[in-house]
Amino acid sequence: MSIGSLKADVVIVGGGLMGAATAFFLRQRAVSVVLLERGLVGQQASGVNFGNVRRQARYLPQLPLAHRARDIWGRLPELIGHDAEFIASGHVRVVYNEAQLADIEKHAVDAKAWGLDLEIMGRTGLLERFPFFGREVIGGSYSPNDGHANPRLAAPAFGRAAKRDGAQVVENCEVRHIEKFGTDFRVVAANGLTVTAPVALICSGAWGGEMSARFGEPVPMATKGPTMAVTEPMPYGIVPVVGISSRIEHEGVYFRQVKRGNIVFGGGRRNPAYLDERRANVNPHWTLAQLHELRRIAPALGRLHVLRTWSGVEGYMSDDLPIMGPSAKVSGLYYAFGFCGHGFQLGPGVGDVMAELIATGATTTPIEPFHIRRFASTAAAVPTMVHA
Amino acid sequence: MAEPRVIVVGAGPAGVRAAQALVEAGLRPVVIDEGRRDGGQIYRRQPEGFGRNYAQLYGTEAPKAQDLHRTFEALRSRIDYRPETLAWNLTAGQLHVVTEGARAGVLPFDALLVCSGATDRLLPVRGWHYAGCYSMGAAQIALKSQACAIGRQVVFMGTGPLLYLVASQYVKAGAQVAAVLDTSPLSLRLKALPALAARPGVLWNGLKLVAALRSAGVRILTGITPLAIEGDDASGVTGVRVRDAGGREHAFDCDAVGLGYHLRAESQLADLAKCEFRFDAESRQWLPRIDEDGRSSVRDIYLAGDGARILGADGAEAAGQLAALAALADLGRPHAPGEIPRLRARLATMDKFRRGLLQAFPWPHQLASALPDSAIVCRCESVSAGDLRHTVRELGADEMNRAKALCRVGMGRCQGRYCGHAAAELVADAARVPIEQVGRLRGQGPVKPLPMSVPLAVEEA
Repeated sequence: MSIGSLKADVVIVGGGLMGAATAFFLRQRAVSVVLLERGLVGQQASGVNFGNVRRQARYLPQLPLAHRARDIWGRLPELIGHDAEFIASGHVRVVYNEAQLADIEKHAVDAKAWGLDLEIMGRTGLLERFPFFGREVIGGSYSPNDGHANPRLAAPAFGRAAKRDGAQVVENCEVRHIEKFGTDFRVVAANGLTVTAPVALICSGAWGGEMSARFGEPVPMATKGPTMAVTEPMPYGIVPVVGISSRIEHEGVYFRQVKRGNIVFGGGRRNPAYLDERRANVNPHWTLAQLHELRRIAPALGRLHVLRTWSGVEGYMSDDLPIMGPSAKVSGLYYAFGFCGHGFQLGPGVGDVMAELIATGATTTPIEPFHIRRFASTAAAVPTMVHA
Repeated sequence: MAEPRVIVVGAGPAGVRAAQALVEAGLRPVVIDEGRRDGGQIYRRQPEGFGRNYAQLYGTEAPKAQDLHRTFEALRSRIDYRPETLAWNLTAGQLHVVTEGARAGVLPFDALLVCSGATDRLLPVRGWHYAGCYSMGAAQIALKSQACAIGRQVVFMGTGPLLYLVASQYVKAGAQVAAVLDTSPLSLRLKALPALAARPGVLWNGLKLVAALRSAGVRILTGITPLAIEGDDASGVTGVRVRDAGGREHAFDCDAVGLGYHLRAESQLADLAKCEFRFDAESRQWLPRIDEDGRSSVRDIYLAGDGARILGADGAEAAGQLAALAALADLGRPHAPGEIPRLRARLATMDKFRRGLLQAFPWPHQLASALPDSAIVCRCESVSAGDLRHTVRELGADEMNRAKALCRVGMGRCQGRYCGHAAAELVADAARVPIEQVGRLRGQGPVKPLPMSVPLAVEEA
């Protein structure tokens, strides 16, 4: 069967949240776009993450991007016709000891300079607002305008909106070859589809490193899978997203209650993830370890039952920052991948910024720290793929 | 050489016979049982202090029940029996268990025999979410275990041998059975007679059950289309409405309904073990692929009994023994190979009968696809047939896991056990693709809800 060929201003490889949102915002700027997705839109890391729309505790220079994203989260219904279950529920990050309390206090001061207002609360203040916290919690940092959304819905909703607005979204379409001939990129998919476009954007998540390596820009990247689970529903009562500030990996769990009552939780140790299988499995020990940590933060959670666990394939850069911006080597080539398990909140902002960058050649939001050139000097020395 | 570590999951007919064969070969298997006592569902034992005898409890199957229970009692000191233990997860070579909802453990194994049995296969109908609506199996358990009926006046609806068995057990126990409503027409049963004749004794017992129901004055309608279970949120079930083969509507007053459309395999552990599955066109369900003796596609995983294919209790006994012999052979342990041909021949007979049952009592998939938009399909998550069709037609989900991601079907407490089959029929119909193309809900741990009070696991040697 002849699948044929397509031409567009931009071809996007990868239909996660980044790719789907960029396709949508490119259409807002009347740029023609073809989005190629190997499976279904939002099926990998974009669909299996925790759903945090959190700005506190981010790398500070990332806050302008996070603010831009947060603004879009609040406008999803008017933009894409779907709210992705986003609620500005607030986000509270608790601590168990004075050292961590000092850390979050410092972060609150630093974040203010970047436009994020955080409220530091002691144990009494915290319990007045949120009586469910356990004995070990001595304080916390509250970010009133952060919140959470449903990752299963967000990327597909952006994909549908992009399609509605004229993007060609091709699912079940695995890219086999991508090369630049003269001024155009030529992308050939396993099903025979050929796409030519003067601009290519790589948004293939944990598989992004494989793509950038094809253009002579390998990056140090590891794949890991989050340890996620959901409980049976209970009456809605835990409004904010809850996390903990801790230097101990297994203490670092987080949870949120969705309006229909289930509690989604994650954090702690991560699992091996396999690029070839496109899957990651939860280690049952890490789930039990999470239960232990969750009971420390909110003892009442111990009365619920876990209904389901899951993981997914996430790409982590060695410096825990994403790759975002133009290629350092190939003109017309752009990247937005490797969001190190913290890309969900950023997603809509990444789409808006990448569309602005591609359409205008510049962006009003600083993304310089995420440029791929930061790995150029070490590129030759690092393996392109690391399993961790 | 150290003794191989063999685990049997389940202590029903398949699990007990598997354990017996392992003990006879000189091993001491671990037997994991979700129940408080052995027997599984079919030969479930009554609680301590109840005094019904075997004939009262198990009817024509009393000798088999007694034999299985006695066998297990004789094995008790020679196995490591873990009652009230849920095998909640499985990783390579390790079974993760929780005992009494309070103690977590990790059991390494060289061979795992999964004898996990079956649950009812259910077909949604308008109103099946009202209180008073039970599965056929639950109706039977209430009677067998607690000597309780699910209501004062009960309608049994669905299809399959259990429909008549459970109804007659209720009649015998003195409950009032308002009607037995079978979606399968009588003509199909006649057509299936040659295949069903593979087990003449079972066929005869079945015919006697129907005759006994008729002589007790129970209304039996065949070839019906369920229309609704009537009721309201406050009082629960108040009646059942169906249409007969001639197009006439019938209404029956009742305060409880037992629903069931034959059985579905409990195959979550096989799924977590990454066993291959195949679509069984006759039963229209996905089943783990096994060889003649019960070997799955994964080296150390063996599957026997209704959890692999629905052969019933007698078939499960043979399959359990055969799978244990296969495991012993693969482990290089002495075993009784002479038994193998006899067991295989027995299973072949059972399989012929199984196919006869599918012919006589087919899963009425067309009823699933024809459900009105207002009918709730997924009770745990309140997903209606209309929601599901919207997810397929408007959101483009033409695969089960995608539909689940977008509309929550199969995401609740039962993890799709009760809605999964009907949901797949609806998705296939709305997407206009063959049922096998929409796939099946991926198994994810825990196999059943895991209490969040469970402390960290203890690894056993």
